Order: sequence, then structure tokens, then C-alpha cells
Amino acid sequence: MIEIVTQVGLPVDERLCIKKNRLRPADGGNGRRISIITGIHGDELEGQYVCWRVQQRISEHPKCLRGTVDVYPAMNPFGIDSVTRGIPAFDLDMNRIFPGSVDGDMNEYIAAQIIGDISGSDLALDIHASNIYLTEIPQIRINEISAQRLVPLAQKANVDFVWVHGASTVLESTLAYSLNSWGVDTLVVEMGVGMRITRAYGEQLTDGIFSLMRELGIWTGEAQTTHTPIVSRNPDEVEFLNAPVSGVFVKSVSHGALLMPGDEIGLIVDPLRGEVLDRVVSPCEGWLFTVREYPMVDQGSLMARILKGHMEEAARKGGAAQ
Amino acid sequence: MKKEVLYEIKAIYRDDFRVTGYTFGEGEKALCIVGSMRGNENRQLYCCSRLVARLKQLEEEGRLIPGKQILVIPCANPYSINTKKRFWCTDNTDINRMFPGYALGETTQRIAAGVFDVIKGWQYGIQFASFYMPGTFVPHIRMMDTGYQDTELACEFGLPYVVVQKPRPFDTATLNYNWQIWGTHAFSLYTTNTARVDEESALQAENAVLSFMARRRLINHHPHGGYRSEVIRSADFVSVRATCSGFLQCLVKPGQRVGQDTLLARILDPYEGCVRAELRAPVPGVIAFAGDEPMVYENTAVLKLIREET
Repeated sequence: MIEIVTQVGLPVDERLCIKKNRLRPADGGNGRRISIITGIHGDELEGQYVCWRVQQRISEHPKCLRGTVDVYPAMNPFGIDSVTRGIPAFDLDMNRIFPGSVDGDMNEYIAAQIIGDISGSDLALDIHASNIYLTEIPQIRINEISAQRLVPLAQKANVDFVWVHGASTVLESTLAYSLNSWGVDTLVVEMGVGMRITRAYGEQLTDGIFSLMRELGIWTGEAQTTHTPIVSRNPDEVEFLNAPVSGVFVKSVSHGALLMPGDEIGLIVDPLRGEVLDRVVSPCEGWLFTVREYPMVDQGSLMARILKGHMEEAARKGGAAQ
Repeated sequence: MKKEVLYEIKAIYRDDFRVTGYTFGEGEKALCIVGSMRGNENRQLYCCSRLVARLKQLEEEGRLIPGKQILVIPCANPYSINTKKRFWCTDNTDINRMFPGYALGETTQRIAAGVFDVIKGWQYGIQFASFYMPGTFVPHIRMMDTGYQDTELACEFGLPYVVVQKPRPFDTATLNYNWQIWGTHAFSLYTTNTARVDEESALQAENAVLSFMARRRLINHHPHGGYRSEVIRSADFVSVRATCSGFLQCLVKPGQRVGQDTLLARILDPYEGCVRAELRAPVPGVIAFAGDEPMVYENTAVLKLIREET
């Protein structure tokens, strides 16, 4: 059933509505509940496919549904509609205003209403797609302060990588941080790339969601997982590569590649002068789980993230040596 | 006056990105002033340009106190000013959410690190800041409540108010916060609006900064009389929120005293011209902020009052 989570009147003949679809068995279910959330950043669309597929698969076997599935496909409808990452009229990153405030301005009010609506879920998934600049292996990112609770859940989500990262004060304004601090277990998924849908990743995560639903007693039907994630708990295992010069990046390898020191990831070139400005190479042995997708780079732009020290596990995942 | 490039990034098609600084005097790193960091901060840039001109004049007249150095960085983000984009052109990140920066990180982290490397450790730091909501402010100095803030020093600007603000998570990456953490007495100076330049406001900002410099014995200058600043906390502002969306017709100005129940603004129906809502003062007070966008969204704080005891 489509429900309006919250709404506000806009100046000219329109209401801004945050909607969800609530699916549950006719008898009301067993009280267990999962929330699938996406679209906080308007340029990240990978979660759209997942929201659609989860509902399709439930509708194929409705009797297997034992609990409640809340699907929130568009937390930031302004952003999605205008191909904008943030909230366009306010130039504001929606994932920096949680938990919001019912006494706050329009966006803070909406954030507070959203948190209130999700509150009570047994599990929430906040699905992101990195941004338009980077392509990501399907992964779950977990703040180290929640690692003990969340890593075992993340391992059942059929993703390829679980990255436990350091705590940061700035990240305390995210939806996931707020929900986790309110006692709602929340997993942040990053996969694919902004402004695109990667169907294979959508299917992979959908499988993972059914696995989690089965774990929670929400789903009794089939739930197959084919991916076991590499778990990294040590922030020093992740190597960041930033562009040493501005230019146009031409990628040589795909994300998921196994790299040795000196392997070429791509070239930064100057189309005006016809020159190669820099050869971006791996400084270490590792697994390329993030790679630059958008060609224009400024000095300092993130080019790649490489996971060190898990070569055998990465090779078993099908990572190809270069 | 010494003009030098403090930080530079080579670009592929645009001219190189440069952060330029103007240094006056030599010796102890006494005062650093930073202007615009966002592409709409025209007023902040304008105020700095006036200060550069005044300091140049004072230096020529021999009125800088020997042994004290003053640095002015009019603009830490010329790329965004020139393209009229509020944040960094390529990825829409905000330099004022990147401090203390990271020299090996992403572009705006590097810019923040490059600038902060130069401006950290100064005795006093002034930033011409902007508020994220469009509107007009009563002139004030804003400080983060880090435990290091010195409100008595802030009163030396002679502006009507000193506002102490409890930092929210994202504030911990601002210049003001990090300046304080690194031992600088940091002040964010707000006068009226952001994008528009007006002479009256610029003059007030210039007088406030020159008065502070005079009182801190950085220049030989007769301080402007100014105000006896009232110290308040940002949590004490009383917000008046739009009860619906529509055209905003604001009837009061910052600095104006209003009684309880005074009509402050109307919201008009954009199709039929009728009054959708009237916004009245919930308490007697002084208007601290008045929104100036023609259209207003429901729940937006269109006015902020400083409560006055009756």
C-alpha cells in the first residue's frame, strides 16, 4: 500500500511528498520489519532497480512474506527529478541533516519525519551508488562504532566487500548514523555508479535483501546468496589514489581487478597538447574496489581505492590479474 | 604590502587556480583575515578588497604597529566566484566543510589544507562568513562554542551582537572551528547579506575590523565608537517560521525592535494574491534575520528574533 511518509506544501500548486510502499501479508504479519531506502542523493539511481525488483519478487510468491517490507525509493524527490545530488533549491546534502528536527526548516522537518517513520524497523538498508565520479564494487560500509552488531548482518547481504571505516564527526549527520544510534540496525550499501543502473549489481543486492529477510523471519521463500564478502576492519588496508595532476582520465582496468605494484590503472592525458600527463599505477598489491569513472579530473580527484592484503579472497571472487 | 600566491593548482583548460594573500608588516603572525570561500560570497570579497586598500594606505602612512603581521586572503575560491557556482565547480564540495584539510586528499581537501597550512597558528583570525539561507542579518560576530572562544575579545569589534553557537557535526570541518582548535582566536563576521554588495554594510564591516585591530594594538587608528556588544547564544534566537508556502512579503528589517504580536510578514497566494498567512512576533524582541527570497517554503525560518525582556 502506498503511504505518504510526510508532505509539505510548495509555493505554486504542488506538494512535496515522501512516499513509501508497505508490503505485508494479509494477516498483518509477524511484526518483523525491513526498510529499504534509497534516493537520498538524487544522482544515485542504482537503488531504484532494487526497489522495483524486491517488490516484483515478493509479488511472485506473496505467501512467503511473513513480515513487513517498507520500500522508500525517493527520499529526495527534488534531487531525483532535477538530476541533482543534493536538495536543489537549498544546495544542501540531504545526508548531512539527520536526524533533522520537527521544529526545523522544511528539510530538517522532512528528515525528522523520515527518521520517525523508519524507526521501529528491525533492519534498514540505505542504498547508495557512490556518485557520478566513481564506480564501486557492491559493498557495505560500516562505522567502526557499529561494527560488532552490523558486520554479521552485512556478511549475509550478498555483497563483495564489507568496509569497516573509522568514525568521523561529520558522518554523525547521516541517516545511517542517526538510525544506528536510535537502535535501528542500518547497513549502508554502495554499488555501481551515479546516474546509471547496473542490472547485475541490482540483482546481486536483491538476492542479498531476500537473504536478510529470511534471516529476520520476514521471508520464507527462496533466498540464494552467491557472494561472500571480504571484510576489512583495518582502515590501513585501504589505499587511496588521488590525481597528481588535472587532466582527462582514460581508464585501463575495470573495478574488481587484481593489481600488482606498478600495474597501470589509467592515464591522465592532455587533449589540448596531445600529451600524457601522468600514468596512474598501483602503488601496491591489492584489489581495485573503487575506480574513477568520470574522465575529467582535478589535481587531488579520487582515482581509485585499493584493498591490500586480501589477494587470495579477491582472486576467488574472480578478480583478474592485470 | 606584499602580494603572493599562497596555494596553486594547475588546471588543464582554465587558468591555474590561485589563492592570493596580501601581507602587511613583519614579525609576529598577529591577524589573518579570510574573505570569500564560496562562489556567491561577493560581499565578503568586496569587504576584503576594501580592507586591503585601507591597510595599504595605513602602511604608507606608517600606522602599522611594528613587529605585527597582518595577512588578508580576499578569496580562497576564485574558480567558484568566476563561474558563479556556490561550491567547487567539479564536484560541488564546500571548502568550508574541509578544514583542517588533507594535503594528499581530494581537491577541496587539498585547497583547505594548503590554505590552513598558511593561516593556522595566527593569534587572531577573522572570516567574512555567509549564512546558508538567503536573507539579511543584523551585524554580528559569530563564534563556535569550543571552550576556547573569547567573547570579550569579540566585543571589541563594536558590532551589536556576539553570537555563540554550539557546533553541529558538520561545523567541525569549518575554518572557524579549526582555527579555534589550533589556538587562534577566531571570529566569523556577518553583516547583512551574501551575494549583494552594499556600501553601508561594507563600511560597517571595515570599521568593525579596523576598530578591532586598533584595540588589539595592531594599527594606529582611532577606533570607531560602535556598539557595546550583547553576547547571546544562537539557541536563544526565536524563529518565526512560514506556516505555508507562497510569496513572502516581509514587513520588518534586521535591527528593528518589535513588540509581541507585531505583524512581521505576510505570505501571499501566488495565484490569487490573497493573504495565506500572517506571521506575528511570538515575543518582543529585535529582528536578527529577515529572509529576502521572494518565494518561501513551508516551515522555513523566515525571521529570527532576539528576545528582549519586558
